[in-house]
Parts: sequence; C-alpha cells; structure tokens
Amino acid sequence: MQKNVTPVSLLALYKLFFGVGLFSFGGGLTAWFHREVVLVRGWMTNDEFFSGYSLAQLLPGVNSTNMAVYIGQHVRGAAGSAVALAGLLSGPFFIVIAAAVVYNQLVELPGFTAAMSGIATVAVGMIFRIGMASMKGTVRHIPSMVALVATFVAVGLLQWPLLPVLLTLAPLSIAAAFMHPPQKAPHE
Amino acid sequence: MSDNPLIALIIVIAPLSLVALGGASAIYAPLQHQAVDVYHWISGREYLELFAIARVTPGPGSMLTTILGWRVAGLAGALVATLALYVPSSALCFVVARVWNRYRGSRWHAAIENGLRPIGAGLMIAGGVMILRVEESGPLAWVMAFAACALLIWRPLLHPMLLIGGGAAVFVALRALIG
Repeated sequence: MQKNVTPVSLLALYKLFFGVGLFSFGGGLTAWFHREVVLVRGWMTNDEFFSGYSLAQLLPGVNSTNMAVYIGQHVRGAAGSAVALAGLLSGPFFIVIAAAVVYNQLVELPGFTAAMSGIATVAVGMIFRIGMASMKGTVRHIPSMVALVATFVAVGLLQWPLLPVLLTLAPLSIAAAFMHPPQKAPHE
Repeated sequence: MSDNPLIALIIVIAPLSLVALGGASAIYAPLQHQAVDVYHWISGREYLELFAIARVTPGPGSMLTTILGWRVAGLAGALVATLALYVPSSALCFVVARVWNRYRGSRWHAAIENGLRPIGAGLMIAGGVMILRVEESGPLAWVMAFAACALLIWRPLLHPMLLIGGGAAVFVALRALIG
C-alpha cells in the first residue's frame, strides 16, 4: 500500500536518484535510499524497503542499481525503474570519465586520499545504522537472530564466498519463517 | 572476438551483468582477464588504476567498466559499456520486483520476506566491517564509523552530506597533524 495518493512525478524520482548518485561515495547508498524513500518521503514502508534490499542482494547485478530499479518499480512501474536507474548513473557517468582524464593530478592533491578514507568510514557508520534498523522485529524471533548472526559470521568474519552461504542460509531461514512467522513489529 | 570495439565491449561485458551475483566484486577478475589478456585493451597496471578511479568517484565501483569503454572507444564506448553492464541485471530485477509485489500478502511471500530480512541485515553489517578492514586506517576508522552510527541513532534525519563532509574533514585534519 502506498501512503501517498498522488503519484510521484518522474522528474522528482530522477532528481532524487541523481542527487544520491552524485554523492554516493564509499558505499552508504542503501542507507541514503532508506532515509529519502522511507523516512523523508514515505514512498515505501520499512518492510517493503528491506524486502527489496534482500531481493537486490540475491539477484545478479550491483545492489545500488537493483535497489534503484526496485524503488522505481514500486513507485512508478517500468518508467519509474528506468528513470531511477538513469538518475543514479548519469552523474557518476561523467564524473568517472572526468576523473580518469585527470587522475594523475587528482591523487597528487594534498589530503585527497585522506578525505576519501574519511568518507568511506562515515559511510560504514550509515550502513551499521541501517543494518540495525532492519534488525528491528528480528531480535525477538530466534530463527531470525540465528540467520543474522550466521550470515554475519560466515561472510563478514570468515569471509566465505557469498553465493554458497546465501544458497544455504536463505532456504533455511525462509523455511523457519514459514513455520514460525515472527510477530509483526511496529513501524518506526 | 569482434573487430568492432563497441560490439566487443557488449560481448565481454553484458554476460558479466548476469553473473555478478552478490554485487560487483564478482566481475572484477573475469573483466580483467578479458580486457587485459584476451583483448589487450589495457595493461594490468592500467586496470588497477581504473579500479582506483572508480573507487574514489561517486557511483558503483563497477563503473570502472565505463572508463574501460571510454579508453576503448571514447564516449560511445563509455555509453555502450555502461549500458551493457547495468541493463541486463536491471531488466531481470524489474521483472522479479513486479512479480514480487504482485504476490504481497500471501503466506509464502511473507515467509520469504521474513526469512530474507535477517540475512540482509547480516550482509549489511558484514559489508561495513569488510570496508573498514580494507581501509587500513586502524582504530580511527572504527571510531569514526561508530560515531556516525551513534549520530544517526540520535538524529535519524541528519543529512548524509553533513556526515560525509565531517568524516572527510576529520581525516584530512588528522592526516595533516600526524603526517
């Protein structure tokens, strides 16, 4: 169910994704999408957002572009997906080419690499925050907690290859959720 | 192999779009093999340079294919390489998202959603930890990440640009002080 009655304009969609795409250093993109789409604009519920995130992870392709396609589809169908994807990539498209042309001068800039590291660490903080937000409603459901910890340990600590881990844990976790559905958590 | 560089770019990149399971990191090795060893578009060292450029610019890291296309065939090459990488996976995602939203409300839909959600959460946190390891900035990186996370818990709508600008400023200042 969408909260808003008037459809989101394609221009608004393009602007949002163009803006997020331009400043998407270091990988905090999912967190930024969540802020704009769920918290600020209310285009999606928390549940809809995080179920899209899981799909974006499982399907081939880059998470952020899959997420853009998912959000665009949810808001405005096929046109929405195309516009969101184009918006996300069109800024970086020109910047990455420009950076390739002046790369040697760029790395010589004082403080450039330090600034990039700083941006990346803050982006990680954004990722942690949204990871915690998506755990809401999970903590009191034991199978979900087991799946969460197992995923983190296997991928984050042991650094096992992602695909076999997902193909093992996802069916188990889904089966557990089918037999023992978690209690619905109130939205933020 | 094709003599037309644009067609060659599509032949090399489009299949990678659909095998990039679990994100872009899956494509780097096969793309390097094709671009360096098979087609001799660039050297191995240049490939690493493309990787670094894509890393420090906005947009997905996989946009190194955009620069590769640019090196091979100019603006047309960049455009073709970008579309070849993102259109196939996006088309698949679109179809799945549509089917997915159509069945919202059924019991198996809820089970898939509830089952995948903690796995998504685990992956997010694992992804964050892996970035901090690669960054090699030591404890400072962890302190910064947790500080940013705490700030967001306190002020959920704090604008990301403020955080990003603050993070960059702190690192530049510390690097200047410590050397």
